[in-house]
Amino acid sequence: MDWMALSPEEWTAVRLSVKVALWAMIGSLPLGLVVALLLARGNFWGKSVLNGLVHMPLILPPVVTGYLLLLSFGRRGPIGAFLDAHFGIVFSFRWTGAALACAVMGFPLLVRAIRLSIESVDRRLEAAAGTLGAGPLWTFATITLPLILPGIVAGMILCFAKAMGEFGATITFVSNIPGETQTLPSAIYTFTQVPGGDTGALRLTLVSIAIAMAALVASEVLARRLSRRMDIE
Amino acid sequence: MSLSVDISHSQGAFRLQAAFESPGRLTALFGPSGSGKTSLVNIIGGLVKPESGRIAVDGRVLVDRKAGIFLPRHKRRIGYVFQDARLFPHLTVSQNLRYGRWFTPPSERYADIDAVVGLLGIGQLMERRPNLLSGGEKQRVAIGRALLASPRLILMDEPLAALDDARKAEILPYIERLRDEAKVPIVYVSHSIAEVARLATDVVILSDGKVAAAGPASEVLQKLDLLPAGERGEGGALLEMTVAEQDAGHAITVLRSAAGDIRVPVFGGAVGQRVRIRIRARDVIVATQKPEGLSALNIVAGTVASVREGEGAHADIGIDCGGQTVLARITGLSLRTLGLRVGQPVYAVIKTVSFEPGTVAAGLNGEHSG
Repeated sequence: MDWMALSPEEWTAVRLSVKVALWAMIGSLPLGLVVALLLARGNFWGKSVLNGLVHMPLILPPVVTGYLLLLSFGRRGPIGAFLDAHFGIVFSFRWTGAALACAVMGFPLLVRAIRLSIESVDRRLEAAAGTLGAGPLWTFATITLPLILPGIVAGMILCFAKAMGEFGATITFVSNIPGETQTLPSAIYTFTQVPGGDTGALRLTLVSIAIAMAALVASEVLARRLSRRMDIE
Repeated sequence: MSLSVDISHSQGAFRLQAAFESPGRLTALFGPSGSGKTSLVNIIGGLVKPESGRIAVDGRVLVDRKAGIFLPRHKRRIGYVFQDARLFPHLTVSQNLRYGRWFTPPSERYADIDAVVGLLGIGQLMERRPNLLSGGEKQRVAIGRALLASPRLILMDEPLAALDDARKAEILPYIERLRDEAKVPIVYVSHSIAEVARLATDVVILSDGKVAAAGPASEVLQKLDLLPAGERGEGGALLEMTVAEQDAGHAITVLRSAAGDIRVPVFGGAVGQRVRIRIRARDVIVATQKPEGLSALNIVAGTVASVREGEGAHADIGIDCGGQTVLARITGLSLRTLGLRVGQPVYAVIKTVSFEPGTVAAGLNGEHSG
């Protein structure tokens, strides 16, 4: 079973991938919640534009998304230069850039899941909370939020899974630097490009499958527990 | 207590234009489906904003479109019991009950949780989730939840409509207790005369979005022509009486009032208990002389107080019996044959078996403000 043991470089790629995916998931959640609320409940000019913008990464080739990120968030891009000058935040060729690319790619999945769960909330329950004295914010915090929790969890898992597998946008935006931006898919890709890299690629593939399965099972268990707790009448 | 409503509102082609004042402890909004009852309570509760008009509870203005006042629903302190209960599925019964209490300023909390739980008999449900409750239990919890927010007014939108007769019979006594024991006025939406006659102190009849009649229940329910067509046969007089005697051997209860004695099928109440009965107008026979050799047990003496001829074959005769009015619906032919005139002494004949369950109920207790 010696061939199963991961080399230090491979461990680095695994750890980096998990870190990048977790940050992508957590970082995009607040904005994802707000956008999902706007799309589900809002009634404003430009709603379909916002909807299109959010879903764009799902339709565009990932390389295009990555290139657009490079143009805007790169060192010389307008947003990247601004963030670097004022906050010292640099995305290009850093793991933070990988997290940003993964967040952008996972965002539509996150928003979609949350939006669907918001739309399925019985608004008459919110009206009932209002007659009991709860203002809009309290109603959201005590009624809406708990009811859409399964949707939020599902969206987060989807976003995490997407981030774990993201390749095209990441490699275009932040390249493939071992220890900094080389995530699991990039590492597997690198292995397949060199002679004798097959066992390495296979090992990382198995790791990918294990992580994906674990995430899926975790989300199933969580979703079932949540929905059992509040079986809708 | 007083509720004052004068609003108009359009929903598509439907126009609601309602104005009434009610001083009562339980005001029934009564009318056929589509008459605007639910729209009206939604407007009172703040779920719908009326196009124009004014609503005030005890002089506190909730809506006055002309003055630019519109209190949002969470500031109205009006409890709402919905037809479908609408319990929060992610909270236990206990948490549902305490939900509104939390938003009520401590100085305004008058409802006591133990008292309400006892009143509604829901003590053994506290740790359950709403999906494990029966329809009747849900509705009782919903009533408790509304009451525990210490509201100044409670709206009930056909709270029994989704329940079968057994469950209705289970909940009605609780609503009666609420009316008599809680110090909060109730607006009760219904399309059933039986419920209205049993519960209401005051009645507002809605028809096509307009108020057809409004006033004390005993007066309004005698205006048979204004009642919804399907319920007209159920209309009649409401009499307040007390239990005088229990004749267990014949399974009969004797009720007494200034109008005389009325015998009804056995009704489980202690002697001296106040009872309200509904005598359907179509069940009353009018006689000009005291009849003999009749199987009917109730022969009540009175004088003709009003004669109203309808458009069809019928005429409605109001008979004053010791200060309370018994209404009889007879044919125009009988009216002319007997030559009935106002002031004429007559006898109202009512069969004991015509008092079906639901026409005899516990009467109003406590101070009658209506």
